[in-house]
Amino acid sequence: MRSVSIVGIGQSPVGELWDRSLRHIAYDAIAAAMQDAGIETADALFLGNMLSGALLDQEHLATLVADFCGLRGIEAAKVEAACASGAAALRVGIMAVASGLHDVVIVAGVEKMTDTVGKDTTAGLATAADAEYEAIHGVSFVGLNALLMQRYMYEFDVPMDAFAGFSINAHRNGVNNPNAMFRRAINEETYRKAPMIATPINMMDSSPVCDGAAALILVPTERARQYTTGHHRGPVQILASASANDTLAIHDRKDPLFLEAAYVSSQKAYLQAGVTPDDIDLFELHDAFTIMAAMSLEATGFARRGEGWRMARDEEIGIQGRLPISTMGGLKSRGHPVGATGVYQVLEVVQQLTGEAGANQVPGARVGMAQNIGGSGATIVTHILGV
Amino acid sequence: MAIATTWRTKRQRYSLEGEVCPTCHQAIFPPRDVCPHCSEPAGPVHTLSGRGEVYSFTTMYNVPRGFEEHRPYTVALVKLDEGPLVTAQLTDVNEQEVQIGMRVEMVTRKLREEGSEGQIIYGYKFRPLLQQSA
Ligand SMILES: [Zn+2]
Repeated sequence: MRSVSIVGIGQSPVGELWDRSLRHIAYDAIAAAMQDAGIETADALFLGNMLSGALLDQEHLATLVADFCGLRGIEAAKVEAACASGAAALRVGIMAVASGLHDVVIVAGVEKMTDTVGKDTTAGLATAADAEYEAIHGVSFVGLNALLMQRYMYEFDVPMDAFAGFSINAHRNGVNNPNAMFRRAINEETYRKAPMIATPINMMDSSPVCDGAAALILVPTERARQYTTGHHRGPVQILASASANDTLAIHDRKDPLFLEAAYVSSQKAYLQAGVTPDDIDLFELHDAFTIMAAMSLEATGFARRGEGWRMARDEEIGIQGRLPISTMGGLKSRGHPVGATGVYQVLEVVQQLTGEAGANQVPGARVGMAQNIGGSGATIVTHILGV
Repeated sequence: MAIATTWRTKRQRYSLEGEVCPTCHQAIFPPRDVCPHCSEPAGPVHTLSGRGEVYSFTTMYNVPRGFEEHRPYTVALVKLDEGPLVTAQLTDVNEQEVQIGMRVEMVTRKLREEGSEGQIIYGYKFRPLLQQSA
């Protein structure tokens, strides 16, 4: 297998992009990434997306986007794994380049969630759960995470505002990301006053509904320098790519409070990359909800069982902390355009490893990890990158 | 939900019809083709008692389309006495009184109406266990 590197990145701003269609924001990201890598075409486009069929009556999406980008004659396919669609698409791209089937691959993620009204988007997101045994009971995606958070607080005796630090950190970092949806800091009072969505999850525990697109250009590492010569940035190597699944429904898990798929996929990734958690300089985790941030830290080996929430303090997860997380705002502040999120996370790791993270630069970052979660822990994809 | 799906899953929704594994003897709900505990072929029909306790719960204020009528409502993970966890709404209860560990029993209620032309879907919800049926 060939080693794979990223030689180009591109992104659209994240937010309520009412004046742009899905195809336009996908084009913005892909065109920027292609220009960044200095390429005119590619062998394939693998596109992460979750909801185009459910919300926009549009499938056959990768060919639509490739066509709109002027990329005819190439291979194009959509990859869907709920909110992990972006990282799942990246894995398909990596497999294509590593295997030698393709030499230049575009991986993009795109989601348009604000064209529909709230309750339709809520119903669309609930399709990540079991339609016959979860969604039919009126439980939303937020509701499923709330069931986990309520039990977590009960079992581990966690105080009500224990999770505020995750949200405060994400917003602090989002301020300096020009593409973030929310570029304003919040404090503990903002968190305490936030309205409930599904108890105990409030508005500040939850990532926003939004639009966005991000893109990466993959090539074999042995040829990566030819794309970056004379460029402001060198290539970033993909050291590990791993995916694992769990039961689709939370109610089918033996231990709903442990993200088994995060454990398995991160262990596979550490092994592939030849690193331990101590070697990770920053971690773009899937903070769709603050409870997911806490449980991710536990399952990936950064915190003990039931203690992930204790890391939600500046000295632990801030830019200067032991393990910086959500360094460009995370899902909470940059935003969570679901099928695009996994690509944004990896793009931000690339920015950190190449010294392009501006005011949020993690000093001396050499190894970064990104983890993208589909459903309430049902599909979990981990990538480790290095320079 | 498609009419065919509603019809096909009605015994599960009306009477918590699950299975018991012939190999490891664990109760299974909803029914599967492969036992989630031992990976052997799942077993014959076994109707669950409908009694259990609240494992976790949430009161939802933002709800999906089709569920607006009863907003806000409380959804729970219920740990059935036979072992399986199920996701279902709580009913006939003040949301302030719901606690983890509370004893509950299954009742049949309307889950949703799909507009004036659509189906009315019934299924299980759980209420606090009544004293006389305890
Ligand atoms: Zn069995």
